[in-house]
Amino acid sequence: MRNFIRFILRHHFVLLFLLIELFSFALVVNYNDYQRSSWFSSSNRFAGFILNKSNNASQYFMLREINEELARENAYLRGQMDESFRISKDYFSVVFDSLSQQQYVYRAAKVINNSVNRHFNYITLDKGTDNGIEPGMGVISARGVVGIVTNVSKRYSTVISLLNTRLKISSKLKETNFFGSLEWDGQTYEYANLSGIPRHATVSVGDLVVTSGYSAIFPEGILIGTVETVEKGKGESFYDIRVKLSVDFKRLAFVEVIGNNMKEEQVELENITKND
Amino acid sequence: MISYLPRYIFNFIFLVLVQVFVLNNIQFSGFVNPYLYILFILTLPFDIPGWLLLGLAFVLGMTIDLFSNTPGMHSAATVFMAFLRPYLLRAIAPRDDYQPATLPIMNHYGFLWFLKYAFVLVLAHHSFLFFIEVFDFSHFWSTSWRILSSTFFTLVFIFVAQLFSLGKNKQR
Repeated sequence: MRNFIRFILRHHFVLLFLLIELFSFALVVNYNDYQRSSWFSSSNRFAGFILNKSNNASQYFMLREINEELARENAYLRGQMDESFRISKDYFSVVFDSLSQQQYVYRAAKVINNSVNRHFNYITLDKGTDNGIEPGMGVISARGVVGIVTNVSKRYSTVISLLNTRLKISSKLKETNFFGSLEWDGQTYEYANLSGIPRHATVSVGDLVVTSGYSAIFPEGILIGTVETVEKGKGESFYDIRVKLSVDFKRLAFVEVIGNNMKEEQVELENITKND
Repeated sequence: MISYLPRYIFNFIFLVLVQVFVLNNIQFSGFVNPYLYILFILTLPFDIPGWLLLGLAFVLGMTIDLFSNTPGMHSAATVFMAFLRPYLLRAIAPRDDYQPATLPIMNHYGFLWFLKYAFVLVLAHHSFLFFIEVFDFSHFWSTSWRILSSTFFTLVFIFVAQLFSLGKNKQR
C-alpha cells in the first residue's frame, strides 16, 4: 500500500494528466448525452446572458444589413397576402390544412451566437421554453433553412446548424420531386451535398432544392439552395450533387422557429408502423 | 508567487473575453480561427506545481468550451499542451538555466527562445484540437492545413499581445 501511494505521488503529474484527458474525452464522445443536460451548452443561463449582452452591442454595427433583411422579408410576406393573388376558385392557403386548422406556427427569434468555421456548428437563439420553443423544431430565416432546435432552457435555445456534419435534412428537387438527403461536408460554409437522387432523374444546374416535408419538422417546399454542380459517382446509382445554400450563415441575424401542431400525431402514427 | 495572483486572474478573464467575443467571430478565409487564450498557459511561472498547471489548463479549456458548445475539446487540447510544457521548458532551457523571479515571456528570454517555446506548444494544442474536432484521419491534409494556418495566426496574435505587455514590465 505504501509503495502504491509513493508511486502515485511520484507520478502524480502524468496520472493527473491522463485522468483529465480521459474525462475530457468522455465529454467529447458522450456529447449527445450531454447536450440534453443544457448546463454544458451555451443555452445555459449564464453563458446565454453574456452572449445576449454582447450581441446587443454588436448588432448596432449590423443595422444596415438587418434592415435590408427585414425589408426583403416584408416584401416576401406582402407577396403572400391575399391581395397579391388573383381570386380564383382553386386557390388554397399553404399554411392552413383542409380542416382550416393552423398547422405551422412561426415564432421570430434573434441569433445571439453563431459559428461557421467548425465541424459541428451551433447557433444560440434568444428565445426558450418561455416562448414556446421545444427541441426538434425547425429553424428558418427569410432566405431558407437554418437548422433544428436541439436544446432549450428557459430563455435561450441552441440550434444545430445546417453547417453541422451531424445533421441531415430530408430534401427534394422542386422541379421533379425526387427526394434525397442534404448534408454538409465540413468544408466551406456556402455549399452542402445532396445525395440519394437516382440516376434516372433529370437534374440541371440552377434547380431549386427545397425541404421535402416528410420529417414533420419543416413544412414542404422551404428553400434550401440551388444546384451548383452535378456529378455521376463512380459505380453508383446516385448523383453527387453540390448545392449552393441560399442562407448566408455568416450574416444570420433574425430567424423564425417553426412549430408543427400536428407533429405528435404524425410521429405517433409512423412509430406504430415502424414497430410492425 | 502570491504577488502574481491578481495579474493572472486579470489575464484569465481578459483572454477568455477576447477569445469568446472577438476572436471566435473572426475567421480568416473561412476556417482559420486564432486561439489566443492559450497565452495564459504559456506565461504561467516556471515553478508552478504540476497539479495546478493541469488544473488551470482544464478550467481554462472548459470555460472556452462552455461558450463554444464543444464540451471536452478545448479542455483536452489545453491540458495536453500544459502537460507538454514542463518537458519542453527543460529541453530548451538556456545554458545558465532559468533565473529566479523571471517568467517565460519574450521580454525576459528573447524573441528566438520565445518563438521556439510558443511554436511547439501552439502547434501541439492546435493539432490536438483539430484532430479531436474531426475525430478521424481521413481528412488528414485539409486538417493539417487548418492546423498550420491557425498556428501561424495564433502566433501572430501572441506576439502582438506580448509587445503590448512590454511597456508595462520594463521597470522590472
